[in-house]
Amino acid sequence: MKEKIIHAIFNDEQDVLTAVKALKDNDVNVNEVFSPFPIHGLDPILGLKETRMAITAFIYGCIGLTFGALLIYYIMISGEGKSWPMNIGGKPNQTFYHNLPSFVPIIFECTVLFAAHLMSITYLFRNKLYPGSSSTSPDPRTTDDKFLVEVLYNKNKDQILQLLKKSNVSEINEKDED
Amino acid sequence: MHKESKIRDPLILGNKTYHDITKDIAKPVEGKANKYWWILFSLSVVLMLWGFICMAYTIGTGIGTWGLNKTIDWAWDITNFVWWIGIGHAGTLISAVLLLFRQKWRMAINRSAEAMTIFGVAQAALFPLIHMGRPWLAYFVFPIPNQFGSLWVNFNSPLLWDVFAISTYFSVSCVFWYIGLIPDFAMLRDRMDKNIAPMKKKLYALMAFGWSGRAKHWQRFEEVSLVLAGLATPLVFSVHSIVSMDFATSIIPGWHTTIFPPYFVLGALFSGFAMVETLLIIMRKVVNMEAYITIKHIEYMNVIILFTGSLVGVAYITELFMAWYSGVEFEQYAFLNRATGPYWWAYASMMTCNVVIPQLYWIYKIRTSFVATFILSIFVNIGMWFERFVIIVTSLHRDFLPSSWGMFSPSFIDIGIFLGTIGFFFVLFLLYSRAFPVVAQAEIKSILKSSGSEYKK
Repeated sequence: MKEKIIHAIFNDEQDVLTAVKALKDNDVNVNEVFSPFPIHGLDPILGLKETRMAITAFIYGCIGLTFGALLIYYIMISGEGKSWPMNIGGKPNQTFYHNLPSFVPIIFECTVLFAAHLMSITYLFRNKLYPGSSSTSPDPRTTDDKFLVEVLYNKNKDQILQLLKKSNVSEINEKDED
Repeated sequence: MHKESKIRDPLILGNKTYHDITKDIAKPVEGKANKYWWILFSLSVVLMLWGFICMAYTIGTGIGTWGLNKTIDWAWDITNFVWWIGIGHAGTLISAVLLLFRQKWRMAINRSAEAMTIFGVAQAALFPLIHMGRPWLAYFVFPIPNQFGSLWVNFNSPLLWDVFAISTYFSVSCVFWYIGLIPDFAMLRDRMDKNIAPMKKKLYALMAFGWSGRAKHWQRFEEVSLVLAGLATPLVFSVHSIVSMDFATSIIPGWHTTIFPPYFVLGALFSGFAMVETLLIIMRKVVNMEAYITIKHIEYMNVIILFTGSLVGVAYITELFMAWYSGVEFEQYAFLNRATGPYWWAYASMMTCNVVIPQLYWIYKIRTSFVATFILSIFVNIGMWFERFVIIVTSLHRDFLPSSWGMFSPSFIDIGIFLGTIGFFFVLFLLYSRAFPVVAQAEIKSILKSSGSEYKK
């Protein structure tokens, strides 16, 4: 069914919280909230799941750790290291674990490098952020000082408008979904 | 909502609204530069060009144009390298460590401190690059397959650790900085008028990556910032620890000490904060950020400087004590020579600037004065440069063989390159202050209602 849209614009983040809570309590479909900064406490009211960004960072970190260790193992010990052993200051390089202390710094750096970069790339991908992408916010003022709540509805328009007015809405724009 | 005690000093002064914050932060980007900006910028460009000429001369002629000799084969360039890397430490400390400690005052200064980090590390990286003599072969330092038989890097060497640490630090700092910049670029994009500045609008639209501020995006944004802070915190400590190991793993008396990693990290934070103060005290005036970078911010930074400066002092004294207590005469000589030998003046400058002068911050009037802080921060910058000079040059100039004892004095070219990097750094920073949102406006807006002076009444 064709749904209609209301863009409710607020001036204060506290009003957004009360409005979204009231709308959600009345089973209204609150589609999205656009804001100039993160509103703390909004996620549970809006029903957003916890993000898994930290988990991806952990996985990428593990990949980085493995990559660093294998890189060093190949160059210093097994592959190149066997055919062209490097004897510097008599430091042992026949076994990986004898040398491990001096390999720790680079393995650590590889872990951080992979975790930070790959997580950031995942973040950009998940948010569909890339050079050339254009803003999907219905109102450019949402990066300045306005908070926009997007509501989808089929019926009960008056009730929604009443709920919004109760929580100090400053502007209401109605649109048809196309 | 985050609540804050009424007694706590406000972090945003004046009767500001969200829109005022937007306007204030967009103003330097949208407006024209003032006279002071142009004067500083021209001076910096001249210095930078002079530095480039000296670098070109070095590369064309060879390292013989420097003041180095066979005894003191690491001197001016590595001193500058460590100095710049140290300066590059405060940025990540402010944005990462202070984020983990939930220090709200970081929000006004983290953007500029991170910019300083990135530009500082870029200056630092120039020095080993030039010292290679053939900078076009710089890729040799990376473990990449090559056609020279099996020529691989040595993973036991702290110099290679440094390559990894600094390149990781530089790239992760850039990413951290940019992730935070995206919402602020979006703010600039949405403010620009398509008819008045079409190119500018397009440019900021390109840099904003299509940010629209959805609730889910903000949720991910906060998580990513927190995880990046968590990753950058051990990274920042590892970088200067590894820089110190360039020295600590060798067997030169004066370098071969286990205290070096914490001592270098503290010194780096100390000098980094001093440089942040030097820059911000000027910047808040030039781009009118007085309402956001307040005396309270400066005072908090002064407290950190006082703390790290005192710890650096403890490290100096510990070094002296350990030299005496070890009973090793070479070690004892190295330290006695530092303090009383031909380079006593460098040691005295270091002690005065780093240990004695920052103690003035115990006095409330001094730590809450812009003028005093500016002067003291310059002293700290100088003192920290001397610290590296003392460690590097005085430890080398008395060799194992008295016949090869020598002295170091910088050549014309040495000084030119150093001044050139200062010019280059300021060129980058001044361009940044005109093209980027210098205060993280999205973060500042989120604390306005809890820390703004008007809302605290």
